[in-house]
Amino acid sequence: MTPTPFIAFGLLLALAPALPGIATRTKSALTGRRGAPVMQLYADLAKLVRKQVVYSRTTTPVFQIGAVVALSTVLVAGCLLPLDGHAAILGFTGDLVAFAGLLGLGRFALVLAGLDTGSSFEGMGASREVTIAAFAEPALFLCFTVLFLATGHLSLESMLGGPLAKAWVSASPSLALSGAALFMLTLAETGRVPVDDPATHLELTMIHEVIVLDHSGPDLALIHYGSAVKLALFGSLVVSVFVPRGALPAAPAIAVLLTGLVVVAVAIGVVEATMARLRMNRVSQFLVAASALAAFGVILELR
Amino acid sequence: MTLFVLILLPAGAALLAYAQRSAPLRSVWLIGAAAVHLALVGRLWWHPAESALGGWLAVDALGMIVLTLVSVLFFLVALYAVEFLRSGTPRGGRGFVACLLGFLAAASLVALSHHLALLWVGMETTTLALAPLVYHRHDARSLEAVWKYLVLSSVGIGLALLGTFFLAASQTVGRPLVMEDLIAHAGSLQPGLLRGAFVFLLVGYGTKMGLAPLHAWKPDTYGEAPGLVGGLMAGALTSCAFLGLLRITQVSMAAGLAPFIQPLFLGFGILSLLVAAAFMIGQLDLKRLLAYSSVEHMGLLVLGLGLGGLGAYGSVLHAFNNGLTKGLMFLAVSNVAVATGSTQAGTARGLLRRLPVSGVLLLVGLFAVTGSPPFGLFVSEFTLLRAAIGGGHPWIAVSMVALLAIIFVGMARPLLGMLFDPETNPEPPVREPLLLVAGPVALAVVVLVLGVYIPGPLQRLLGQAARALGGLAP
Amino acid sequence: MPPLHDLLLLGVILTNFWVLGTTRLSATIRATAVQGLLLGMLPLALHPAWSLHTIGLGLGTILIKAMVIPMFLSRAIREASVRREIEPLIGFTASLCLGAVAVALSFGIAQRLPLPEANSGLVVPVALATVIVGLLVLTTRNKALTQVVGYLILENGIYVFGLSQVERVPFLVELGVLLDIFVGVFIMGIVVFHINREFDSIDSTRLTALRDE
Repeated sequence: MTPTPFIAFGLLLALAPALPGIATRTKSALTGRRGAPVMQLYADLAKLVRKQVVYSRTTTPVFQIGAVVALSTVLVAGCLLPLDGHAAILGFTGDLVAFAGLLGLGRFALVLAGLDTGSSFEGMGASREVTIAAFAEPALFLCFTVLFLATGHLSLESMLGGPLAKAWVSASPSLALSGAALFMLTLAETGRVPVDDPATHLELTMIHEVIVLDHSGPDLALIHYGSAVKLALFGSLVVSVFVPRGALPAAPAIAVLLTGLVVVAVAIGVVEATMARLRMNRVSQFLVAASALAAFGVILELR
Repeated sequence: MTLFVLILLPAGAALLAYAQRSAPLRSVWLIGAAAVHLALVGRLWWHPAESALGGWLAVDALGMIVLTLVSVLFFLVALYAVEFLRSGTPRGGRGFVACLLGFLAAASLVALSHHLALLWVGMETTTLALAPLVYHRHDARSLEAVWKYLVLSSVGIGLALLGTFFLAASQTVGRPLVMEDLIAHAGSLQPGLLRGAFVFLLVGYGTKMGLAPLHAWKPDTYGEAPGLVGGLMAGALTSCAFLGLLRITQVSMAAGLAPFIQPLFLGFGILSLLVAAAFMIGQLDLKRLLAYSSVEHMGLLVLGLGLGGLGAYGSVLHAFNNGLTKGLMFLAVSNVAVATGSTQAGTARGLLRRLPVSGVLLLVGLFAVTGSPPFGLFVSEFTLLRAAIGGGHPWIAVSMVALLAIIFVGMARPLLGMLFDPETNPEPPVREPLLLVAGPVALAVVVLVLGVYIPGPLQRLLGQAARALGGLAP
Repeated sequence: MPPLHDLLLLGVILTNFWVLGTTRLSATIRATAVQGLLLGMLPLALHPAWSLHTIGLGLGTILIKAMVIPMFLSRAIREASVRREIEPLIGFTASLCLGAVAVALSFGIAQRLPLPEANSGLVVPVALATVIVGLLVLTTRNKALTQVVGYLILENGIYVFGLSQVERVPFLVELGVLLDIFVGVFIMGIVVFHINREFDSIDSTRLTALRDE
């Protein structure tokens, strides 16, 4: 087992908190403001870790482990991706289901933690979050189906690694469509405009922010870090589909990945600057459109 | 050369009429073009013309029948239109006359075209030419009617175009989409694509004809359009659409697809008769009644095609008779509308006394359009019955008779009421202008004559047409 | 890198989804204009031997479908001052799903049709899918203008199918078809204008006065 997957994973974990900062900075620049510094999230995490955690008297241990489960599932899911372009830290046939399942488990833990507080406000956020997830899962699986049909392999390591480069020659339209669908999914899973506005604090428009309202101190730090790593994971999915790195040796592949992540973050910032958040019933249409794109890619591959 | 003139003359007259400011001169263009067109068609009967455009335009039996019908009907409707425009219309009438002549040009193109894509272009142009005429009154009801007409007809025509392309794809040898080559090399046509082409063309041109279940636009459109436009649509436009259907039938029969197409025709035919019978009971508006009668006759036309053998002869004869009879009825109903301002059975009464000539015409037309002897439609319906019984479809014959009886009752009740019921405030009989009754009277005489005696040349032509459709002549 | 005509045909399907999913009337017209542009480039991409026939057809299509008709329709909505479509008969989400099903169906049907694989295996499925999507938009939308857009998409689908037969269906006929569609849309646009004047809206669900008594 070469050390490159571990190095790639470590670099990803280190760089992850910078990505939301890049997105916010891009959005501010495009809307004519200076905006927070790119490293703002690092400073926030450092501040939160030093604070004391406060638990409400109405919560149970479910609330206390919610944040930990959320972060650990995201980290394990990250081990399944071939971040250096060739191999992943963990891999087995069918691990794409495990990937989706782990992310789902993390979301489930957070939602339970939110419901555990007994607040109707967080309950509302929880129900919205789960609705979005219900529409996002099929889209994710359809994208994986396109990758499977294009490469013929069922493990993320192979689907996103070496064989993908060969598949681009024959199946580029479907891969491009699934890449676009994956980008739309990134926006949905990480709670970005047009699905959810990370900067809002209005009752009617919050989804993800609302669930984590009661968390404090290190727990909140874990949750914020987990979201940043999730953004990095989905971003690396998008980069792997659009830029097949299977032919490159490890070091350039990792460099391409990191650059690609920055590009994805900038793209998210551009989208946030140009679009407004969609109404709740239009969010489901947005995700159905992503599924339709991926389904179209599947049809093209099946023919 | 004659063929070009037949198409370009009305088109040119349309442009001249549109540019013409004075109404009497416009009528001159209208009547003049119609008369010359009729004369040229008459000449074609005795001196058959050469084909033009490399075989794309030609005269054959089927086209000749439709062309004659269109020409005769148009001439009589044009005479009517002159008086109609003089007395009625509030706005100039430039567009009206131009659209009428444009319709004649397009209908001639359809009748003379042996290239199926050119035929499609002609059909689309007839649709577009009549749309402004339906909207003549410029009120909310006619607006709704023209919108429904445009949307449904456009979809139908679009599907017919798809069918035409399917047909082109099924051809492997010969000039694409030209009738002669299609029939000559019918054996080499790809059967799957030919079937697909047939279905699309049946649905597409069937929508234009007004077959059930594609007839939804008919009652509204015929109900709101001026009577003479309704007569042109029911008589000439449906016959042109029927010609499109006949062309694909010719090709399909030559390719041996009779077992596929005939059940489809029978199904659509019986369905149209059923729908017509069901909706005519209780119908009080005369024009809508005539619309459903048109649906009924379209059903009979395809029923004849589906029966095969003698049915093909009956079908073509029926098309000819139906066109003339519908012209008669719509012009008579238009006279009622002009004199009393309404075509509703409750409002207009005592017509036999008030409008003596049109009243008699309505009575005659009632018997003619429902297929009673001694009128022409009886002969063709009887031929269809013979074909049904002789071809081993007894149930179809029985349903035909039963549904035709129901249709007779459905039509007779409101019409007889309108003609004979005494009025509440009797008004003196109206003196009807000559031009408004000349046309319908002529049509009534022709329909009566055709019921008793079919002239030799016409019989020969009908026989040729029936044989071209894979059927028999009596 | 797949051939240009395949990319153009994929673009046509994407514009179909665009029309199905959007609420803004101006977006539907823009999508039709983009579709017209793609269709204009299609004959040039399908037949690399550029004859006068193909160039004329391509230019004519771009002129009419991508410029004249969208400009005319934009003027119509400006007159009617309508901006958005209300929730259609079957809902936007269901429309998108039905559109995806239509695409799948057309690919399936096209495989069974014994057509010669002219230049591209995508032409027939894309044509059928566009026809079905056009019918879908025509029948389920409420605003009269969106129904006209649906008719345009239907005709575009038939046009794509005709392109696969361009040796069989000659120049004059394609021109005639184009002209007929132009005049048809022109007349429909005028009727929409009149509908707006008469009813003060272009909601076609208000056109219900005519019925059998």
